[in-house]
Formats: sequence, structure tokens, C-alpha cells
Amino acid sequence: MSRAAKVSRVGPMARVRLDQISKTFGEGPDAVTAVDDVTLDIAHHDFMILLGPSGCGKSTLLRMVAGLEDPTAGDVYIGDRRVNDVLPKERDVAMVFQSYALYPHKTVAANIEFPLKVRGVGKAERAEAARRAADVLGLGDYLRRKPGQLSGGQRQRVALARAIVRDPAVFLMDEPLSNLDAKLRGDTRAELVDLHRRLDSTFIYVTHDQVEAMTMGTHVAVLNAGRLEQVGTPQEVYDRPASVFVAQFIGTPPMNLLPPGMLGSSSVRVGVRPEHLHLSTTGPLHGTVRQVEHLGHEVLLSADLDGGLRVTARLGVDETLPGVGDAVAFAAAERHLHRYDAVSGLRLEDRSV
Amino acid sequence: MLGPSAALLGVWTVYPLVRAIQNGHLRCNVTGSRCRDAGWGQYLDVFTSDDFQRALGVSVKLALLTVPTGLVLGIGLAVLADKHLRGIGIFRTIFSSTVATSVAVASLVWFVLLQPEIGVLSDLFSQWIPQLKNPGLLRDPDTALPAVALSSIWASLGFTFIIITAGMQSVPRDLYESAFVDGAGGFRRFTNVTLPMIMPSILFVTVVLTTRALQTYGEVALLTGGGPNPQKPTTTIPYLIYGDNSIIRNDIGLKSASAVLLFVISLVFAVVQFRGFEKRVHYGS
Repeated sequence: MSRAAKVSRVGPMARVRLDQISKTFGEGPDAVTAVDDVTLDIAHHDFMILLGPSGCGKSTLLRMVAGLEDPTAGDVYIGDRRVNDVLPKERDVAMVFQSYALYPHKTVAANIEFPLKVRGVGKAERAEAARRAADVLGLGDYLRRKPGQLSGGQRQRVALARAIVRDPAVFLMDEPLSNLDAKLRGDTRAELVDLHRRLDSTFIYVTHDQVEAMTMGTHVAVLNAGRLEQVGTPQEVYDRPASVFVAQFIGTPPMNLLPPGMLGSSSVRVGVRPEHLHLSTTGPLHGTVRQVEHLGHEVLLSADLDGGLRVTARLGVDETLPGVGDAVAFAAAERHLHRYDAVSGLRLEDRSV
Repeated sequence: MLGPSAALLGVWTVYPLVRAIQNGHLRCNVTGSRCRDAGWGQYLDVFTSDDFQRALGVSVKLALLTVPTGLVLGIGLAVLADKHLRGIGIFRTIFSSTVATSVAVASLVWFVLLQPEIGVLSDLFSQWIPQLKNPGLLRDPDTALPAVALSSIWASLGFTFIIITAGMQSVPRDLYESAFVDGAGGFRRFTNVTLPMIMPSILFVTVVLTTRALQTYGEVALLTGGGPNPQKPTTTIPYLIYGDNSIIRNDIGLKSASAVLLFVISLVFAVVQFRGFEKRVHYGS
């Protein structure tokens, strides 16, 4: 199974389309809606991140693409094919689980070969494919080991190798990095991006970690309580959050959201990111400094505004900084203000106030 | 802190064992009123005796009849009950019910079922298995042991079912889902995920069932009395030791020696099973 042949076969097929998908668990008064009318178009060779807090329905959405859950309503398309009634094995998808789901009794080689084995691929071809996949992920020396003899990072790679060995049209990943330590997580992020570049497959990646979303995705879909809040490139989602939820979910520290009426009309909430808030004696926002955190390359300054709201500003280390308890005033440039409807929480498109 | 448990173990386990090993040296007269020391050689005498060898053969045969069948049936029921179907709880309760049934009750149930004159099984199946009516499974020397095994398998099934079910419930769902996405059908998921993952439970059940089979006494005492005579095809080692019809019933020395030998034999079986499973058992990941 050469890669070139695969590309031409699968190429345009790897587009994934979710059309008004809903998923409800249970019946009657106990019913829980995990996914609520989500429509999402994922282009071929996209690296789509499904981002949201736990319980937002992102994993359920992924599982519906995999075929592990049936949508209550709506259609799932992979390529041109509606796959609602298609078994997972015929969807040409591979999934990496948060737990890695390795078979503890099988060697690394046998784990990687397993998807080929169930497809009836011959022994020699299987071993060759497994060795190649293992080499891609630097596992060549560990083929004879059992998962129990590997580190967390190595196990994670075995799970990835088992996915790439099948050369699937779509990779589905459910928080694959969440069990790794911070350093390894950083390295693996870069490797996944590299892997995506090398393979001609579509990636759908579930995470609650906005850093993963920002650094890896070509597109990010932000979900909240089963509903799709926004889809866009990471930069778009960061620069122009479509709702109050997205504004506060993405960015560390999160965007400062002022109460309705503070700056502008009473039907508008204004938000400003910490890096866009600067000290200015003539600024409109007055408060008292509560905390000054020196991070080496920047300073996070938190202050309680006169209305009681806590805001955070990201300042340079060279600035003359006030001390805790001092009165300060902040200002922000007009182009850096985000405006949201006070009732619906939706973004108001940029018009001057 | 170890005091209480050491005392309990000492009184109930260590002391009886030491006494049994000691008593195994004794050889007594017909009424058991006078005994003398016959030395360690008595163990060899007992082991090589026709009666002990025959009883050992019966015990091993019983283990071979009950353990594999009981295991397969228990796993089969556990797989059936593992489905997430409405009302499956009732079946789980039914399948596990024999755990709460004593050997005496189980034996009585089978005694009645197999009774040639009035037994339900005899009435239903005697067309195909004439021994059910004449002379009756428990009275025919060829079928007596399998009939005892039948009762024994039934009585152990609940235990096997519960242990295997618990083992299956501890298998991470992710493994099944991953195998499912990778294209494994139900049978492959069973052989590649379920079976290897429940190996610790299977080992445990195998060792316990084997030990139980080697120690079978109650079923024999209640169903056949070690008979039918004169072949004594159901005289297991425990029945040779305790049984009312045993020829050594008055000789505390021979009984003790047989009991110690049974202990050693059970131990050997358990060690062999642990060794045999060693490569296949994975505890956790």
C-alpha cells in the first residue's frame, strides 16, 4: 500500500461534513442533550480542533464521526458519502484515545499491526507496515516490548503508530496529550503538526487546552454546552471572538469583560485583552492595584476597578509599575475593544460607539 | 499488630496441619482404639496403595470433568449477561444464584432430578439416555461420576459467573471501542480483548475450581455414597478419608496421611496452573 496510491484514491474524500447534528442521551425528563444542532464543514487535510470545556459535547461529536455514537438527528458525511449507517471500520477513520487504549498483553509490534490483522493483511506486509509506522514515531527499538514497559510518551506514540499504520483518510484524536507531562506535551504538539504535514489526511482533534488549539489547528471549532460558538482559524478566533463565551475561554489570562454600561451604552459589554490594556493617567478605567506578578518577560498586573470588577493587564517589564494598593488608570485603543450584546452575548460587528 | 491474625492462623490452620502430619505416622487397629507409630514410610505406603490410587484417579477425573466445562459455561453465561439489554439484571441474578446454594441443597436438587422413578430428567430424557431409568445415572457405575460432576458444575456455575463478570466489567471500554473502530468484529473483540484481559480471573477460577473438585465430598456423600459398589467409581480422596463407607474410616493415621497427601496434590496442581498461566496473565497495564 504505497502512500502515493493512497493519496490519489482518498484525496478529495477526506472532507468531513456534519449537518445539523444533535445527540441526546436518555429519554424523557432525564434526557441530556450533549450535542445541539451542530453544523461543521471540515475541509480535506484540515487540522480541525474541537475546543471547549469538559461536558461541552466535543468528544461526543468526535465519537459520532468515528461511528461509536449514532446521532439523534442530522447527518455525518465523510467524503461524499453519508456515513450515519456505516460501521466504523468502513469509514476509513482511525482514532487515538485519551487512554491510548493499547492492548497490554500484546507487544508494541502486535498492537500496531492489529488494525491490519483484522483487515486480513498478510503477515509479512503487516510486519513491514508496522515497522515503518514505528520508525516514523521513533519506536523502532521498542517493537518487542509490552506497553507496560514503556513510558507515557512512548505509549502515546504507539497509539499514534497504530493509527497511521492504516493510512486512514481521517484521524480522530480525543485529548491524546492530556496524560503527558508539560514538557512532553510541548514536544508532541510539534510532532503532531509535523505528522499532519507529512500525511495527506484530515485531522480532527478534541481538546480543552487552548494552547493545543492555538498552536496545532488550522481551524478551531469552539463548543459550549453542546452548541457551536465559533469556527475559524486560531488567529481569527483569538482576534475576533464571536461570543462572550469564546472571548473568555480563549486567552490566558482571559479577556477582561466589563459590565454593560461601563464604556459605551448599557446594552453593550466591552471586552479588552490584558495585552491591550495599558496604564494611562488619563484612562477611563480607574481602580486599585491588587497583585503584581513578574513573569520575567512580562508583568501581569491585576486591579479592582471602582465598580468592583477585577481586571488584568499584561505589561512590559521596563514600564514604571505601581505597587499593590496604588490607584491606577487604564486605557485601551479603540481598535482593541470587543463589543458584545449584553443580552445575547454575541459579538457586535465593529462600528464606532 | 500481627498478634490476633497470627493467633487465628495458628489455632485454625497451622496447628491442625502439624497435627495431621504427625498423625499421618500412626497406624491403628480395626476399631481405632490403639495406634502405633509407623514412621514417614506410611505416606509412601498410603500413596501407592490401590485404594488411594483409585481415589486419586476419581478425584482427577472429576476435576477434568468439572473444571473445563464449568469454566466454559461460566464464561459463556458472563458474555451473554454482559449485553446492555433491558431486564438483563434478572438473568444476572439467576446465573449467580447457585453461589447462595449449599452443596447439600444442590445435591438434593440433582438427586431428585435424577431419581430414576420420579425424577423429571429421567422422565424427559430416558428415550435418548436409557440409563436414566434403568438403573439411574447415579446407580450405573459408568455414569455415576459424570452425574456427580453435573451437580458439581451446576453448583459452581454461579461462582464462576460472578468472578468472570466482575473481570469483564473491569476491562476498559476504550479497548473495545478502539478494536471496533479498527474493524474487529464481536468474535475478534472477544479473543483479542475480553479473553486476554480476564486471564487473571480465569486463572483464579481455574485454581479454585480445581481445588474444589479435588476436595469434593458433599456431593459424593449425598448422591452416591462413594458407590455404586463394588467398583466405587465416585470414591474421591475426601470420601476415602471421611466417608461412612470408607474402608479406612476408623484409622486416624491413614486418614491423616491421605489428607496430607491431598493437600500436597492440590498444591502441586495450583503451582502447575500458576506456572502455566504465567505468560498469559497480565495484571493491569
